[in-house]
Amino acid sequence: MKLTGAEMVLSCLEAEKVDVVFGFPGGSVLTLYDEIYKKGLRHILSRHEQGAIHAADGYARASGKPGVVIATSGPGATNLVTGIATAYMDSIPLVVITGQVARPFIGTDAFQEADITGITLPITKHNYLVKEIEELPGIFKEAFFIASTGRQGPVLIDLPKDLQVEEGEFRYPHQIEIYGYRPTYEGHAGQISKALALIKKARKPLIYAGGGVITSGAHQELMELSQTGTIPVTTTLTGMGSIPYDYELFLGMPGMHGTYAANHAINESDLLITIGARFDDRVTGKIEHFAPHARIIHIDIDPAEIGKNIVADIPIVGDVRMVLKEILKRFKSGETEDWCKKIQEWKAAHPLRYKQTEPGCLKPQFVIEELDRLSDGDAIVTTDVGQHQMWTAQYFRFKQPRTLITSGGLGTMGYGFPAAIGAQVAFPGQLVICIAGDGSFQMNSQELATAVHYQIPVKVAIINNKYLGMVRQWQKMFYGGRYSQTSMDGSPDFVRLAEAYGAKGYRATTVEEVGPVIEKAFNTPGPVLMDFHVDPEENVLPMVAPNTSIVEMIGGDE
Amino acid sequence: MGKRILAILVEDRPGVLTRVSGLFSRRGYNIQNIAVGRTMEPGVSRMTVTVEADPITVEQIVKQLNKQINVLKISDLTDEPSVARELLLVKVKADPVKRSDIQQMVNTFRARIIDVSPDSMIVEVTGDDEKLKAFLLMMQEFGIKEIASTGKVALYRGNKLTRETRC
Ligand SMILES: Cc1ncc(C[n+]2csc(CCOP(=O)(O)OP(=O)(O)O)c2C)c(N)n1
Ligand SMILES: [Mg+2]
Repeated sequence: MKLTGAEMVLSCLEAEKVDVVFGFPGGSVLTLYDEIYKKGLRHILSRHEQGAIHAADGYARASGKPGVVIATSGPGATNLVTGIATAYMDSIPLVVITGQVARPFIGTDAFQEADITGITLPITKHNYLVKEIEELPGIFKEAFFIASTGRQGPVLIDLPKDLQVEEGEFRYPHQIEIYGYRPTYEGHAGQISKALALIKKARKPLIYAGGGVITSGAHQELMELSQTGTIPVTTTLTGMGSIPYDYELFLGMPGMHGTYAANHAINESDLLITIGARFDDRVTGKIEHFAPHARIIHIDIDPAEIGKNIVADIPIVGDVRMVLKEILKRFKSGETEDWCKKIQEWKAAHPLRYKQTEPGCLKPQFVIEELDRLSDGDAIVTTDVGQHQMWTAQYFRFKQPRTLITSGGLGTMGYGFPAAIGAQVAFPGQLVICIAGDGSFQMNSQELATAVHYQIPVKVAIINNKYLGMVRQWQKMFYGGRYSQTSMDGSPDFVRLAEAYGAKGYRATTVEEVGPVIEKAFNTPGPVLMDFHVDPEENVLPMVAPNTSIVEMIGGDE
Repeated sequence: MGKRILAILVEDRPGVLTRVSGLFSRRGYNIQNIAVGRTMEPGVSRMTVTVEADPITVEQIVKQLNKQINVLKISDLTDEPSVARELLLVKVKADPVKRSDIQQMVNTFRARIIDVSPDSMIVEVTGDDEKLKAFLLMMQEFGIKEIASTGKVALYRGNKLTRETRC
């Protein structure tokens, strides 16, 4: 069958069962957009390419399917860069389609030319510049395959303008083999046996689970492992939700803003069962002091993660779900009574807590608790980056995988709101809450137009502390309280901003107002923004100073 | 820290050299030299990279390289019986009175004179690191004007291959 390049793209997307794309048009993708128009493919038009790609990312994290985003060449493509890096750092499957100048112009500094494959080389799992029309179907097949298998990640396809009108023979490959790409899914049987032996012997085992559990859908196996062996679990920021918050052996998050119980458990554990996590410095603190008494089992799909930050005693490369299934086949029980008793004591003696200082002063943590209570924890929550993000991880009681959507690895301010739009597109009937910072929200507030136009009923809760709060906190703690450039004075009235876009906006400045505002927001159809004026000087505690041991915890414990 | 020689078979695609060398620089690995050339298989190139790194770092380098879609196979030839050679061109000052001395040195090192002009000569020499170093030392006495080198290429000794055929 003869098709033009643009027609081929649409056929490829159809073959990959893509029913929605996010994007923003321009000169080099005019033909492609014309085809989108003709075929009636569902397209969400953002107000900034970064909004489109974060939305595609939110869609992918919520649904588990690759997100697809389209942008034009040059500035359109470069506006995607932060979103690509965000997805790359958290291993999120995206297929990014960019227009490129016509082939004869490539390399001539033509109008709106940018070497986007060069620019994104270090932040994509792979990328392509399509040079011949015949290559196009195969490249799309490969792109979707690479993005969504192995350690997932963003793949970019750069499509020259002239190629979109050129005709070629179209046949979508059913199967492909990529010689240089063969992810390992099945864990090595010998390694699994060794791991099993260690797990059975351990008296103080601890599961440290990360985002890989969510990607591979291993939350049930994780729970089974914990229950079978009576093994406590700590989950990283991106692993949050893989274990229900209320589960008695759940310790919360480890690391810089982790719980006392999680950090002390790591410190005393004799066996750390690491599942789909990567020993990020925000988790380990000073790595030399991390888990000093523990043997380490490290299960990960990416061989390069093994031995990167820490040497594992038993590395197992494979899909964590498949590996856990193998382990569970031969695992009946553990002997951890004393250990669990100690852990329960830690949990009881050192819960996360905050002080209600003066009466009436609205604490950000309280707002999170109320959002949790009034949604019954049954919501998809996205966040921006900063204090509000950490409070969300600490106080929102996540029950399900894929319900916390947050930029963990790159820490991208401005991520939360567009990601919420994407998550809501994936699950139109779900309650989707974006817990935003007043600083972060302003990095993509233009997407209010997108939410209003498509009536995407995201509920935005701005934790408005009038500061770049997390940076202010570091200035307070480590820079003599010199608040250099962290005041957000000059921010708009967020309620009126929402109204200007045609969304609803409500504000709460006191403890009493919080509940009613949330209820009103949840009960109002369409997008709603809530502006919570909280204590500007509240700090995220406990805290581990960077590059110190994670048991040297500051605060949170008075 | 020791020198490691890696043979990297890559798909011969645009940008693949950048992918590999970019990976080295962005992860802070130091490439000492690099040589790229063809193999017996159409569409497959062989890069020989010499890095200075400890064994743990090398393991990490290999793993990161393996994640590149266009990288087909990586072999670390350092600890296996292998031969490594580099080709060096040296333009050396050659006053008429020194010529026979140079000629003698060239013979000793089994090098070749490939160009002669009134006051300089170009000498071609191949060998391993040590031989080339020694040769340069000797040539310095005459005065080296310029050098060019290919970077090292290497093969396993005996029957062992870095890669059989394409699967
Ligand atoms: C794009 C980007 N720029 C800068 C930073 C550095 N940074 C990390 S947290 C933070 C403060 C965020 O402020 P806000 O969104 O108001 O959240 P808060 O910490 O006050 O809850 C900043 C500036 C970042 N993470 N991302
Ligand atoms: Mg703030």
